[in-house]
Amino acid sequence: MSEAVLDGGAQEVPGKEGLVEDWARDKQVFGVPWGKAMMWIFLLSDTFIFSCFLVGYMSVRIATTDPWPSPSEVFALQAFGYDVPLLLIAIMTFVLITSSGTMALAVNMGYRKDRNKTFWLMVATALLGATFVSMQAYEWTKLISEGVRPWENPFGAAQFGSSFFMITGFHGMHVSAGVIYLLVIAFRVRNGFYEKRGGNYEIVEITGLYWHFVDLVWVFIFAFFYLW
Amino acid sequence: MAEEGQQHPLKIYWIMWGALFVLSGFSYATDFMDDGAVRTFLILLFMMLKAGGITWIFMHMGWERLALKLAILGPPVAILVLIWLMSLEGLYIEDTRVEYYGESTMEPETPGHH
Repeated sequence: MSEAVLDGGAQEVPGKEGLVEDWARDKQVFGVPWGKAMMWIFLLSDTFIFSCFLVGYMSVRIATTDPWPSPSEVFALQAFGYDVPLLLIAIMTFVLITSSGTMALAVNMGYRKDRNKTFWLMVATALLGATFVSMQAYEWTKLISEGVRPWENPFGAAQFGSSFFMITGFHGMHVSAGVIYLLVIAFRVRNGFYEKRGGNYEIVEITGLYWHFVDLVWVFIFAFFYLW
Repeated sequence: MAEEGQQHPLKIYWIMWGALFVLSGFSYATDFMDDGAVRTFLILLFMMLKAGGITWIFMHMGWERLALKLAILGPPVAILVLIWLMSLEGLYIEDTRVEYYGESTMEPETPGHH
């Protein structure tokens, strides 16, 4: 959408003065397409949900008098005859970062109206996301077979299991939803759905915001749950 | 913002992508360090750098107007208060468990599974 429409044709004031102008003038506050503003507000609410999970995990971990299991040993994998700590989690982290990169490129190609490249980059992003979820499913299966439950586990504090399943489960659900979202938008880009609507590809950026957010949440989960 | 939304040279994405790989490598490397203040600091540092890079470059927040930046990035600051309150609460609960149930405060040992 052009700035002139959002802005009533007035010039945009930069910086702090612009902040006052944006809120005070009789116009739409955020100079971005409404879909993008709403995605940001949704992501803000999601930030609070994930924060509640992580803060809850922090407080049960502080409060428990049982020893907290060492994530680097619980999540270690055998590779080349050695126990490599957090191996699968590290690979998952790199897979998700790679997918964020392909998504960023897809957004760029979308604005260049290169539908073919946008489509394939979004499909690549979705495949990497599906790979991530598959590895997480493997991780869950492994831990469950070792006796980790939301209410108990053989390694120490019972709260470890509940935090693990809630936090990674909720994140995994976001990734799964993101894969579906990406595929829907990717196929619409390819079949010309947006050409009929004025050839506007900001939807790719909005989808990208959601996807990058999922990666962003993983950064915090990786730091607080797996490394701390 | 330009007429067609957020358009930037590809180079900046490649640099950010590379930086995220390097920073994630560093994050993972902290797992091989001994526990302590230095390790905690590095975990938080690499986390913030990664989170900042994703938000600023990949999510284009750096190029948005101040009104949007503050509306989205301002409210999460309140979470710091929640963290502070819940850590006090957690410590208090731990103290009462030790005091009234006679449970001991054990340092996490690393009970592996092999």
